[in-house]
Amino acid sequence: MQMTALYAPLLGGLLIGLSALTMLGVLGRITGISGILGGALGGEPNSGWRWAFIAGLVLGQPLALWVSGAPVPAPSAAGWPVIIIAGFLVGFGTRCGGGCTSGHGVCGIGRLAPRSIAATITFIAAGMATVYVGRHLFS
Amino acid sequence: MNALKTVLIPLICGLVFGAGLAISGMTDTRVVLGFLDISGDWNPALLAVMIGALAVTIPGFWLAQKRPRPALAAKFHLPTATNIEPRLLTGALVFGIGWGLYGYCPGPALAALSTLSWQPLLFVAAMAAGIYAERLSRR
Repeated sequence: MQMTALYAPLLGGLLIGLSALTMLGVLGRITGISGILGGALGGEPNSGWRWAFIAGLVLGQPLALWVSGAPVPAPSAAGWPVIIIAGFLVGFGTRCGGGCTSGHGVCGIGRLAPRSIAATITFIAAGMATVYVGRHLFS
Repeated sequence: MNALKTVLIPLICGLVFGAGLAISGMTDTRVVLGFLDISGDWNPALLAVMIGALAVTIPGFWLAQKRPRPALAAKFHLPTATNIEPRLLTGALVFGIGWGLYGYCPGPALAALSTLSWQPLLFVAAMAAGIYAERLSRR
């Protein structure tokens, strides 16, 4: 197991939690990225806050890397067919299942919602099974 | 006042969220796939992120919802569904497969757009197509 430097992920998690708490406590909104993106793309009325959040989300990484001096993560070596299939499944699945790692994993479990706990266990298990099949049965 | 609610606060929350993803390594597909690969050299970073975020959201959401309304909004916009139906689990399953194929969930995919590499651009385009396809499938 790689236990090195878990303070950075813990600190990152605290920032994510603070962001989600501010969104709920101040604006009354659940910070589910797939829901925010789906609402913005789907033309939900009053989506200004959604686009503003997405703009911040995109600019957050360069800000963090500028402060920390860390390098930009290199893209995965996977080819374009894998990227297209993976992206499509992530978009379809998160909307069908009503949430993603943030909406169910951080906010839904944050509200102790049984639906979100069930969804989070399911997508983590499915992700683990997919990696297992891809890395150990097909390579 | 309106610009505060629709632009400034969500923009800052997005920035903090994106920075949290970046410093915790969640925009690096190797870190995420290392968490999902339970048969290899397991990387616990994603678990640490979840613990950090939930340490804020579980007590924070509970406290926030004890107030009659959010600080700057008329009401809390919370999911109303409570049943764990096939649609929820099917969606989570499909999302998990896509997540395990490449290592991006929606937040990190959007945050990685800032690198201007073609991989996150293609992933987000495919994700948007998946979101539209799911919307069409509901009709």
